[in-house]
Order: sequence, then structure tokens, then C-alpha cells
Amino acid sequence: MADTLFQKVWDAHTVRTLPSGQTQLFVGLHLVHEVTTPQAFDMMRQHGWRVAFPERTFATVDHIVPTSSQKRPFLDVMAEEMMGALERNCRDAGISLWAPDSENQGIVHVIGPELGLTQPGMTIACGDSHTSTHGALGAIAFGIGTSQVRDVLTSQCLALDPLKVRRVDVNGRLNRGVYAKDVILTIIRRLGVHGGVGFAYEYGGSTLEAMTIDERMTICNMSIEGGARVGYVNPDDATFAYLKGRRFAPAGDAFDRAVAWWRSMASTPGARYDDHVVFDAGSIEPTVTWGINPGQSVAITEPIDASPEDEAFAFMGFKPGERVQGTRIDVAFIGSCTNGRLSDLEEAARVVRGHHVARHVKALVVPGSQSVSRAAEALGLDEVFRQAGFEWRGAGCSMCLGMNPDKLEGSQISASSSNRNFKGRQGSPTGRTLLMSPAMVAAAAVAGEVVDVREMLDGVPA
Amino acid sequence: MSHQPSAAISHLEGHGLPLRGDDIDTDRIMPARFLKAVSFAGLERHVFEDDRLADPSHPFNNKAFTGASMLVVNANFGCGSSREHAPQGLLRAGIRAIVGESFSEIFLGNSAMIGLPCLVARRDGVERLQTLIEQTPGTDIELDVASGVVTAGALRVEGSIAPALREGFLSGQWNPTVMLLNHFEDVRAVAARLPYIKGF
Ligand code: SF4
Repeated sequence: MADTLFQKVWDAHTVRTLPSGQTQLFVGLHLVHEVTTPQAFDMMRQHGWRVAFPERTFATVDHIVPTSSQKRPFLDVMAEEMMGALERNCRDAGISLWAPDSENQGIVHVIGPELGLTQPGMTIACGDSHTSTHGALGAIAFGIGTSQVRDVLTSQCLALDPLKVRRVDVNGRLNRGVYAKDVILTIIRRLGVHGGVGFAYEYGGSTLEAMTIDERMTICNMSIEGGARVGYVNPDDATFAYLKGRRFAPAGDAFDRAVAWWRSMASTPGARYDDHVVFDAGSIEPTVTWGINPGQSVAITEPIDASPEDEAFAFMGFKPGERVQGTRIDVAFIGSCTNGRLSDLEEAARVVRGHHVARHVKALVVPGSQSVSRAAEALGLDEVFRQAGFEWRGAGCSMCLGMNPDKLEGSQISASSSNRNFKGRQGSPTGRTLLMSPAMVAAAAVAGEVVDVREMLDGVPA
Repeated sequence: MSHQPSAAISHLEGHGLPLRGDDIDTDRIMPARFLKAVSFAGLERHVFEDDRLADPSHPFNNKAFTGASMLVVNANFGCGSSREHAPQGLLRAGIRAIVGESFSEIFLGNSAMIGLPCLVARRDGVERLQTLIEQTPGTDIELDVASGVVTAGALRVEGSIAPALREGFLSGQWNPTVMLLNHFEDVRAVAARLPYIKGF
């Protein structure tokens, strides 16, 4: 039968049908971070439950870590308490933890793939809505809440209803200066911020096939911003090449056998989808958000259309018909699980090289993991950024959300490579976020205002 | 209203709290700085904190709705972050059911697991309910979980709760941990046959 990857993975991990009619689904990999788990461990202690599969559970710390100095104890007492709780919980349960003093700490959705933990055909869960990122390697990955974290720790299972599958095809070549971020912002804009509720998004088409795994992660990462809890790309040769040699990936002959299984889990040609949409890559332009949800975006050349989003206009200070281009920014943030990988930093550095950040702009680059940071330093990118006036920080979520010292102040405007422009998201209740690609953030940092990165790329070797 | 883990939830009644607007995300329901804690205790104090500060007339500031237990919202409520802190804060603030046009999937699931039913109803019904509560704040509202019917004075709004979750509320098994542990040998069997666990 011609099945989708979603269906094949679902079937392979189904334990049984629960009395409620939901499926009891086995979780192959459970990723844990400090924010959504201490209460889960507490609930387990109250009931005397133990962690069922500690060897399938891996932890790191990302949201609360300061990125200017990661020395312990953290200056923020509460952050230190959360860190301590995670350390105790992992130690007691026998769970591997990458803390700031280990060389693999980083944003949970960056380190999973980079360590080879994330593999095709797996089910993955994490108490974090951007778990969909891992679908870039052909896994089915669910963001869950704390009570579900407790369930996965206790039983390695989730009680779930199946999702429908929407095939999202993007075909053709992306123009210069247009990146994976622009593609996913365009998809969300067209399908809506809740268009994906009830669906898994299977991304494909020639554009996706030509993308690197990093780029596919940017796409899958923001599935949830379109309402889809799950997003994935079928595994292919690029996926296998990415995994080869990674620490937790199979090695030697086992790798070849793994590839055969991974291939078999990809959607079969002719698989039936519940819905199908098509995008033309050539028509996508550098895209920026202007509002308070990630669906409120425009192409950089386009005026903001008049829509009944009074609240967004009032909060952001834009008027219908205005352009985002030319908006003066206060902060430029390059990082996050959406765009904090090596290739993102390389693209940004390409724009920045030989320029300097505008005097009124605070600009920071926050690598997604310590490993990304080392790789970037090996290429000398840290120096490129520093010389241009950026701060080069330690790995973490940083200014993607206001849980660590990196925050907007007052009603500052930030050009950000992260994923959410919600009110208050970047740590100031009145702070304003413009989402865009890392290259566009770099260009905005240099110009001091939102600009079309394509103008800066003229003359830069491709 | 008692809130025992794993008690049946079939009939709820109380006063309403209308909160208008689509796409209200969990960062607004519970700003991230209040996630900096190792327990959920005290979250009720911070529900919609930034929105309430920015807008003195925010429904959660309105004394007329003090003590309300039925929150009435519009589309895509609870989108964004998976933080269970959002429904935990609402529950701890006394909310016992949410009626809305639609909910984000993760929010809806998180709410169900802590015994907070989210009922989906059509826009016109939801808006009429919001208007009624705004005009007559103390109106008694009743929600019948099995039928999905909400009654408020002469107004009757038909909605529904996802079948599996509805069964969970009615049977008192909305917290699935014990169910998931019931046949643990089956869990081990699935693990043992997955190639990436048994070894390629
Ligand atoms: S980088 Fe942002 S979106 Fe990603 S896990 Fe951290 S806080 Fe969440």
C-alpha cells in the first residue's frame, strides 16, 4: 500500500489503541530541557514512578543559560536553581545531560540532529513546540507539554490522535538573497497561522530536495507557527550523508543497513495525502514580518496590506500601506533553533564582511550550540562578526525569548532570525520583533534599518 | 468546584469570562519570565500579566468577572509555545472550562491532561455567548461535556469536545499515565522490534 512516511512511522510505533480511542504511541527519542521538565519529575516522585527508558532520553540546557558568561553558579538565582534541578533529575534517573561545561551543550533542536540522535523513521518528543525541527531528517517529532513529558518519562509513550497529512510542495530555484526562512514565512502567510491545525506538513518538491539539512530544519522548525504540530521532509541521500559519521548515528555496515530501513520509511510514490498545496520558489522574495504573529508578513518590496488587524498595527506602530523597508531597528539578533546553525552564520557573515554595524544598533550573534560555535570559530566567523561590531556569544536560546539576560528594552525594534514575533516574546512587554532571514538581519544591522539584502549582495561573490 | 486528579468531569457550571481576539498565544497567557521556576505554584498570579498591565480594561482586570470559571475565547487560542504553564495558570486562576472557536493542538492536549476541557463551537455561537456575558456578567453558564451544549440563560450554544478527550473527561481518565503503563510488556515489545533500538 502506498503510505506516507507519517503513516509508516505511526504504524511502526503503535503500541495499542487505548480505551479512549487514542493511539498509544512509542517515543523513540525523548529530548529534555530545563524549562518544561522539573514539574514532570516532581509528579513522578509523588507517584513513585521511575524513568522507563533513560537510555532513550537526553537532556541539555538552553533557555535560561546566560550567553555572555556561562560560568556556574549563574548570577540569576532562579536560573541556577533550574539548572541544579535538571542536573539532579538527570543524575537520579541516569539520563545523559549536556550542561554548559560539556562541549555539546546547545539548543535542544540544534544538538539532536548534530549529534546524530535524530534519525529518519523515529518518533521524537520534547517539551518544546519547535520539536518539529527534527522532521527535517525524516523523523516524526512532537512538541509536548509537561504532563506529557511526565508520561514519556514514565512510559516512553504518548496518547495521541493521528494527524492528517498535507503535502506542501515547493518547486523551482530560489533567487539570490532568498533563503529557507523566506520560504517558510511565505508558506505560513499563505496557509495561515492556524491552517495546519490537525495536520502534519510533509514538505517536498524540487526546492526542498535541493536544500541542505540545515535549510530543511529551518522550514520544519516553523511548522508549528503555521499550526502544524509536525513537519517533515522525506529522507534522501542528503539526509544520509548528513548523518554519516555523527556520534550517535550507526557506523560501518550497520550504517548501510540503516540507510536501507530509512529509505523504506520514506513516503511511497503515489501515497495519498489529505491535502496538497504547491508553491513556486521563483516567486518568493526576502520576507519580513510586520505584525504580532508569524503569518503577518510581507515581501520586502511590498506594502503592508490593509487588513482588519488593528491590534497588530497598534502594537507595532505600522500603518496599512506602509513598507517595512526603511524601518529603523535598535537590535539585531542572529541565532535560535530556527537560524542558529553554521550555515546561517556563514550566510550572515557573507553580508557583514567588510562592513560595520550601524552606531545605534546592538547586534549579537548567538550560535545554536557549542559545536556550531567551535565550527564557526574554526572558519574565523567570530572575528568577522566582532570586527563588524557584533557581540559573539555563547550557545543558547538568548534573545529568542525572555528567560535569560538577553532582552529587548522598552519598545525597541529588533530584526531577528528567530521564529516568534508575539507581543512580549523577546523579553520586553512592549518590545517589537521583525522576523527575517539571518542574511536580512545582518543587512539590517549594517544599514541600521530594514533593507533588501539583495542590494547588499550585489558584488559579493556567491 | 473540586478538581481532583482523575475525577469524572461531566457537568460544569459557573460564571463566564469573555476574552475576545484570535491567535492569542501562550506567551501572552503566561509570559516567559514566569516559566523561570521549578514548580507551577503561584502561576495564577501571572495569567495575562503583560496584557493586563497594558490594558486596564482587559477582561481579566474586570471586577465584574471575578470568580468566573468559564473562559470564552475566539480562534486559535493558545497557539505558539507548548508551555503547560499557560493552562496551568488558567486552571489555578479558577478556570474550569474554555469555550472557543478553535484551539492550538498542543494547548488543547495540555489542557485535557490537567482536566481542563476545551469546547469548540461556531463563531456566531461563541460571539453571542461573549456578548451575553459582557452585558450580564453574573449569568450562570452550564456546560454538558457529553452533549457539548453550553447553556446561558435563554442562549443555547452547541459545541463539541474531541471524542477521545470527551471520553476521558466522562470516565475520569483524562490523565493517561496509568493507562499508558497498563500494558508495559507491549511497550517493551514495540521497542524490541524497532531497528534503531535493537540495532541495525
Ligand atoms: S531558540 Fe527559541 S524557539 Fe528555539 S527552543 Fe530556544 S526559546 Fe524555543
